[in-house]
Amino acid sequence: MSLASTRLDTPPPPAIAPAVLPWGRWGLRVTAVLYLGVMIALPLAAILANGLRDGLRAFWSDLASPAAFAALKLTIVMAVIVTVINAVMGTLTAYVIVRYRFIGRGLLNGLIDMPFAIPTLVTGVMLVALYGPQRTLGAWLNSHGIEVIFATPGIVLALLVITYPFVIRTVQPVLMEAERSEEEAAYTIGASKWTTFVRVIFPTIAPAVITGSLLCFARALGEFGSVVVVAGNIPGRTLTAPVYVFGQIESHNERAASAMSIVLLALSFALIVTVEWLQSRNRRDHVASDNQ
Amino acid sequence: MSQAIINEPLPAAARARKPAARARLVEWALIAVVLLYAAGLLVAPLVAIVWGSVAEGVGAFVRQIISVDALSALKLTLLMAVGATVINTLFGLCIAWVLARDNFWGKRILNGLVDMPFAVSPVIAGFMIILLFGRNGWLTSITDALGIKVVFAMPGILIATIFISIPFVIREVVPVLNQVSRDQENAARTMGASSWQTFRHVTLPAIRWGLLYGVSLTFARAVGEIGAVLVVSGGVSRLTETATLFIFRSLDDRNAVGANAMAVVLAVVSFVILMVIEFFKRRAEKN
Repeated sequence: MSLASTRLDTPPPPAIAPAVLPWGRWGLRVTAVLYLGVMIALPLAAILANGLRDGLRAFWSDLASPAAFAALKLTIVMAVIVTVINAVMGTLTAYVIVRYRFIGRGLLNGLIDMPFAIPTLVTGVMLVALYGPQRTLGAWLNSHGIEVIFATPGIVLALLVITYPFVIRTVQPVLMEAERSEEEAAYTIGASKWTTFVRVIFPTIAPAVITGSLLCFARALGEFGSVVVVAGNIPGRTLTAPVYVFGQIESHNERAASAMSIVLLALSFALIVTVEWLQSRNRRDHVASDNQ
Repeated sequence: MSQAIINEPLPAAARARKPAARARLVEWALIAVVLLYAAGLLVAPLVAIVWGSVAEGVGAFVRQIISVDALSALKLTLLMAVGATVINTLFGLCIAWVLARDNFWGKRILNGLVDMPFAVSPVIAGFMIILLFGRNGWLTSITDALGIKVVFAMPGILIATIFISIPFVIREVVPVLNQVSRDQENAARTMGASSWQTFRHVTLPAIRWGLLYGVSLTFARAVGEIGAVLVVSGGVSRLTETATLFIFRSLDDRNAVGANAMAVVLAVVSFVILMVIEFFKRRAEKN
């Protein structure tokens, strides 16, 4: 009671000055909108306008050409294969790094970021140096009828290297935060390691695995630098969609390049929107469980 | 059974003792699988390229790297990467602040736009610049009037490099900016600090490791870009040829030693950058 009355007696606290003066706030806001507008939105608009300039019929016929269709199909198939492999191996790697202690763990943890740092073209050159037909390993594989470079296994390999970090880096923090007590409770009541993983650990990290896999898939769809070196780029066989776009630009076929670009952009955009949605849903779940 | 568990003081420890050997085996197997996978995917190619670049002797390697073409390519890469990093750091800070602190209609669209360079294939990024600044481009009349040649020249390479590395600073700074205590900023403001002083002396020190992490990622990405740069550069050696373009041309010319040598140089550079990245990341996570 007395507290309330003293509060009434004292003058209201001085209003805290806004973090930034209004004109400064407007200046920053306009700068941000202009920069992203000119650097990102305008180029996107240009590609949409160019791809659709002769109407939808021309757009479809550009995409339905055998070379374009085969390139798109190859890209999606490769991306799916790579995403599945790295979803499994990435989850396993994250689990091993977080839960086990062994020699070389720190090195492995640092090495995983390598594909983020090393230029993708260099990755391609490296794979050619290892599996190229004139190399020891490549020649040995060739003599056993396995072609890696200038064939689809090379594309898969390049994409595996490039996308290795994605699932690991999304799963790792979630695994670190996961309550060990739940796992220990599962062991205590007699669950095997495998049961514990499937029933307790996996449900916790599943959203992170999905997010990482989607990012991995998006990256695999657009990859150029490493693929252009290892694939051989034979139309209809080892020509991926981004390399197809490059070829169309080189031969001044801008509309066909735009059409394929629009398809790739739409796919990546849908993936990113899905990832954002998943992440915001996760955050909401976290807040809800924290409030309980 | 349940009776026994209730009575036992440390059931987990007791249970763990029996299948301990099997668990250890599974543990070693999992570690081995992961190490083999990582070694096959990341280490083996690295070894192969170092091997390949010295295959024709160290002399050939050195000759390729100190050739005029290679040196000017490295210089151009450094110039472009530094330029793109500086520009994206300044604008990135500004955009990160707006995304973290400001609120207005369309902010979500802005937030989505930031991620687009991650989603766009680099080739498409380069193609966009051609559509804007090439023949009959939307902005060609403006750049022509100003007397600037963009496509097949340095400005085009710079714009391409900037485009593909926009998100890094923003994506690293926004979360740390969200964590910075507003109380300290408000305290500085009430004591009469200007907004610039508050930013300079309160906000910036708090976000510095996250910022530096983003900056190093930007630089790494800018050094290694090929797709976007390949489309816009025109690849005139000694003029518009970056280090990655040098590799690309060497591969086309069947100059394997040149390609390998430059690739090794870039790999070493990226390793140094990677160590810097890891250092900043650890500092950022500690704060």
